[in-house]
Amino acid sequence: MALENADIENIAVLARLQVPATETSDYADSISSILALVDQMQQVDTHGVEPLSNPHDATQRLRADEVTCDNQREAFMAIAPATEEGLYLVPKVID
Amino acid sequence: MTNKTLIQISNELSAGQYSSREITQDIIAGIKTHDHQFNSFITVSEELALEQADAADARRAAGHADLLTGVPFAHKDLFCTQGLRTTCASKMLEDFIPPYESTVGQRLLATGAVCVGKTNMDEFAMGSSNENSYFGAVKNPWDLNAVPGGSSGGSAAAVAAGLVPAATGTDTGGSIRQPASFCNLTGIKPTYGRVSRFGIVAYASSLDQAGPMCTTAEDAAVMLNAMAGFDPQDSTSVQQDAPDFTADLNQPLAGLKVGLPKEFFGSGLDPQVADCIMAAVKQIEALGAQIVDISLPNLELSIPAYYVIAPSEASSNLSRFDGVRYGYRCDQPEDLMDLYCRTRAEGFGKEVKRRIMVGTYALSEGYYDAYYVKAQRIRRLIKDDFARALAQVDVIMGPVAPTPAFDLGSNTKDPVAMYLEDIYTLSANMAGIPAMSTPAGFVNGRPVGLHIMGNYFAEAKLLNIAHQYQQVTDWHLQTPTSNTEKGA
Repeated sequence: MALENADIENIAVLARLQVPATETSDYADSISSILALVDQMQQVDTHGVEPLSNPHDATQRLRADEVTCDNQREAFMAIAPATEEGLYLVPKVID
Repeated sequence: MTNKTLIQISNELSAGQYSSREITQDIIAGIKTHDHQFNSFITVSEELALEQADAADARRAAGHADLLTGVPFAHKDLFCTQGLRTTCASKMLEDFIPPYESTVGQRLLATGAVCVGKTNMDEFAMGSSNENSYFGAVKNPWDLNAVPGGSSGGSAAAVAAGLVPAATGTDTGGSIRQPASFCNLTGIKPTYGRVSRFGIVAYASSLDQAGPMCTTAEDAAVMLNAMAGFDPQDSTSVQQDAPDFTADLNQPLAGLKVGLPKEFFGSGLDPQVADCIMAAVKQIEALGAQIVDISLPNLELSIPAYYVIAPSEASSNLSRFDGVRYGYRCDQPEDLMDLYCRTRAEGFGKEVKRRIMVGTYALSEGYYDAYYVKAQRIRRLIKDDFARALAQVDVIMGPVAPTPAFDLGSNTKDPVAMYLEDIYTLSANMAGIPAMSTPAGFVNGRPVGLHIMGNYFAEAKLLNIAHQYQQVTDWHLQTPTSNTEKGA
């Protein structure tokens, strides 16, 4: 499937990636060629084949709902780009 | 003191020939002197390493040394190392210092092994040549014009150059085996779930698996002993005890049934690589194995299915890099959307952005069934192919890659051409079976690896075969000529 520049702009928004106008057609070309490769899948009849999401067909293992480690807020917040009084700082969202 | 195997260093430490501090200092000096040729390290952790070495020496003096106590190794730079920066070869994590240690790292530290640094890689493990690194491409010690393979290219180059005896790697679609093949190493991707993924920066979670990269099969078995085992902190970790992977190394190969899939020997395979592989297979036959022709009919579909599943999972995993909690943040964001979009545009490299976009597209409304679910159905066909083949034979052999290491820059323009290089490695990740590469010869001075694949949890069998093959060959003991200037 060939993608147009408008498709790339749409995907970039969904992916939260700023794509400069000068790079859009480059991405359209390379991603279109990847999708052409991927489209080989469509020639295969997979009717009745169950999708495989885990190689062992395992399901999510759950643990008991117990506290297993201490709060490490300070260690985790120490590596953030911007914090204040235990909060992560981001640009203003609500006026 | 370089170009020693892990076992050799372990023995020499036990014999008191030198201390861990001395060998660690030597290894770090070697990296500082020689790595400018290869660019295999992103970070050398001299201070931490010497602390670990001193602790190892004290432990040995107290009589509690294990095989790996005091032995230096390197981590691929996507294993989170507490207090030591972990970049994933990305600008996004250029200054990221993890507040915790991966399970693999914890296990290695618990044995007293000494981490000397973090190796270069393709950014977020996306690549087959180690040319997608924010910290520059890695060069193959066997030929400085060649790629070392990827994505664990720094680990491969560092061990091949004799800078460290062992390194960790990860393999999502061949990222341990292909660089091991390109750099003349023994590298094993264990069964999915055998080694904990906790604390390893995720690429494609249903495919990622960590393993060792070493000179010999024996070294790989010793490293895997330390790395493997159930971990409650990884929800996909397999709940069973890992065996002693060194226990079966000396088993004879008489009666072993080896399958050669015809799809691994098709027209895309370099005839000289095919000659190396067939010569290796003949030697394994001479050790008592029986060779059987088999078929894995859906092998070619592993490329399109992988290049949907891996980018899809990557687009989801990498959504965590948002410029808020850790990692890179763009300057002066106008609003929250601008913060996200510009942070990610500036922090990620081109191939990473391409894969995020492919994955985002494949998972987007209206396309999910046609791409992601379709790829998962094909994944089942590939698993079923292996199940049929492995009911017939004990292991499967073939080439790791269609060619020896290619030239730097030769595949960078066309991502699809690069993806096609992964044809022989992707299917083991899709099925989740263990697979390894062991040195099997050279083509024009560039190494060729023999690919050995087996049934779930058969790592010990694969290592046994590689070890027996290494007893009758010396490919794995050869060292690169580009390395001769440095002496021992």
